[in-house]
Amino acid sequence: MASQEILREEPSRGSFVNDPKIRSIFFQTLVIVLLFGSVWWIVQNVIDNLARLHIASGFGFLRGRAGFDISDTPIAYTSDSTYGRAILVGLINTIIVAVAGVITATIIGFVIGIGRLSNNWLIRKICTVYVEIFRNIPPLLVIFFWYSGVLAVLPPPRESFHLPFGSFLNQRGFYFPRAIWGDGSWLIGVAFLVALAMAWFVAYRARQRQMATGQQFPVFWTSVALIVGLPVLAFLLAGMPLTFDLPKQSTFNLTGGFQVKPEFLSLYLALSCYTAAFIAEIVRAGIRGVSKGQTEAAGALGLRSGPILRLVVVPQAMRIVIPPMTSQYLNLTKNSSLAIAIGYPDLTATAGTVLNQTGQAVEGVFIMMIAYLVLSLVTSAVMNVVNARMALVER
Amino acid sequence: MQEHDMSWVRTEMALAQPAPPTERGAYAWVRKNLIGSVGDTILTVLGIAIVLWVLPQVINWAFINAQWIGPNRTVCATVAQGGIQPDGWSGACWAFVNAKFGQFMFGTYPVEERWRPILVAVLLVALLVPMLIPRVPRKGLNAILLFLVLPVVSFFLLSGGAFGLPVVETSRWGGLLVTLSLSFVGIAVSLPLGTVLALGRRSKMPIVKLLCVIFIETVRGIPLITVLFFASVMLPLFLPAGVTFDKFLRALIGVSLFAAAYMAEVVRGGLQAIPKGQYEGADSLGLGYWQKMGLIVLPQALKLVIPAIVNTFIGMFKDTSLVLIISIFDLLGVVKQNLSDANWATPQTAKSGLIFAAFVFWLFCFGMSRYSMYTERRLDTGYKR
Repeated sequence: MASQEILREEPSRGSFVNDPKIRSIFFQTLVIVLLFGSVWWIVQNVIDNLARLHIASGFGFLRGRAGFDISDTPIAYTSDSTYGRAILVGLINTIIVAVAGVITATIIGFVIGIGRLSNNWLIRKICTVYVEIFRNIPPLLVIFFWYSGVLAVLPPPRESFHLPFGSFLNQRGFYFPRAIWGDGSWLIGVAFLVALAMAWFVAYRARQRQMATGQQFPVFWTSVALIVGLPVLAFLLAGMPLTFDLPKQSTFNLTGGFQVKPEFLSLYLALSCYTAAFIAEIVRAGIRGVSKGQTEAAGALGLRSGPILRLVVVPQAMRIVIPPMTSQYLNLTKNSSLAIAIGYPDLTATAGTVLNQTGQAVEGVFIMMIAYLVLSLVTSAVMNVVNARMALVER
Repeated sequence: MQEHDMSWVRTEMALAQPAPPTERGAYAWVRKNLIGSVGDTILTVLGIAIVLWVLPQVINWAFINAQWIGPNRTVCATVAQGGIQPDGWSGACWAFVNAKFGQFMFGTYPVEERWRPILVAVLLVALLVPMLIPRVPRKGLNAILLFLVLPVVSFFLLSGGAFGLPVVETSRWGGLLVTLSLSFVGIAVSLPLGTVLALGRRSKMPIVKLLCVIFIETVRGIPLITVLFFASVMLPLFLPAGVTFDKFLRALIGVSLFAAAYMAEVVRGGLQAIPKGQYEGADSLGLGYWQKMGLIVLPQALKLVIPAIVNTFIGMFKDTSLVLIISIFDLLGVVKQNLSDANWATPQTAKSGLIFAAFVFWLFCFGMSRYSMYTERRLDTGYKR
């Protein structure tokens, strides 16, 4: 017993200076002391500086009157609203532009990425040129290009471009008809939700039946019929409660309709174009990462080219694609902070204005950091769920 | 017997026949690559239509109708806009770029002192080119000169104040000079700092690890603009009253810290790819931690992630353009600033200036990415399993 105890002990190092355990404890203590020392020093300096500059601290300023106007307000906001509400408006604007950008960038990216793998030489080259151009210039430059190079030199409102469906394009932005929902339009929403639930149920039952009996059921077309048909039916039943507020041309301006301002438009277009180039490369790598043997084996099992793509290649490619795609979505969200350069009131811009007006830099930067961190974490969490569903299930 | 008579054995090889005419030459290439199927043909027609629609417009605008030399806006404006061009004219205003070229390169650096940035650029090229060509010997000395000596020399040359050179405030630096100095320092600082952070993140000491994780994930989770805000608004608050330091230096710190966090993740990827046997082998040879990392693990790990490192450099090079938000004028900032010059205000100015800036950024980034592809091929020495 005693000899085993001795064997289990760490060999003697001669000197405690050479003992990894003691060294590790020593270094970590050193790090903590240095860290706390510098944090204490910084906090002291901040307190001194704030007292010297007569700047209040704490988050009480969020309840103060903002006193500045915001050009794009998705929720009710006036200059009489509070600072907190101004920052909230900015946050919502950031989310709007990020979500719109992510959707568009994904679509363009997939088209370009698949185009780079096309058998067609010309299409391949066009897509390569697109990717190589947008990957190698700064996103801020793309934003400026859309803003000052393209949208600012459009004709004034009097000579607007007329586009289909009663929409207009001029240097003040893009105008399109605003839909006005009348009484009973809630029925359409309910019908849509019911249709979604039914489509899910049909898909579930069809899958069960195929597992049990091998019989297939045209799930896709049934779902399309349900999701389109039921709301249309509800629309007719409710007595077509939909009118449009068309933009009308008057002498100096366009009135009515829904206006998308050039700031939003250029930010959204630039972020979509820029991120799409990166997504295209990811998609290309993903599809090329699925080995040819998979396609051939699926062919040998008797699948046709459609199901091969849908059931064999794409699910495996998605596994490669999703993690880098997540970081591109995060990049797009973070790049949306470039809005400040063209005056779109996103989170950074409104929080920056608040910071300048109140002088409460510490709290302002803290709010910005927390907001972006939360946005990033939420995006990561959603994409992790998607990723977990796609991931390879091993033994 | 008869079977024997009928059998025939070839005694010499059959000569190789050329491929049938439908399978070779230009026609076969066109058939395979452009009109392989109905869908392909439609795509080709669409593609040709796009090219025919875009290309002549671009060439017309950028070269044929472009104005290269001129004193002011009149050469780039139509008669209706108060210029000399016929109505409906549309072309690039390179005259604007030409007139402002000095500013685009150096910002408001005093004209009589501009030989200093030019000298720094010459030194940079003279040291960088041999560094990039693998056959040139003495890489160690070259690296020391490039990453340790050159920054110091450049600092004294650019800001002056020593050796009888007049002082040039960093607020007068601008243009490509700022873009290149920010990204060069960012590169030189972020790689070692990122490596240290990556090692810290994989350290066995829980507190060191925790601190590194917090730093990396926080910085990666927020936009660079917020980091720059932090550097420009908060850093002065952190220091005792009366101590201030240069805005340019604050931007440098912001950009370097930001890039270091991304670099740390790249290096961590490389460290994870090194098999455990390498660590254990180093341990069994009796090497200490720093010897193990510096001599065995890091050389292999960094080599594995060269493409990703260069990608981070490219990202950082592009990101330096954001310093214009805290009113430091890099290339893009100076171009943007000059767009509001009333002397050159025409509908074509913005497009021309921005395309010029885009072209410069593109040249640098594309060059870096091609060089990284070349290095990747050169170093691809059987690591692929």
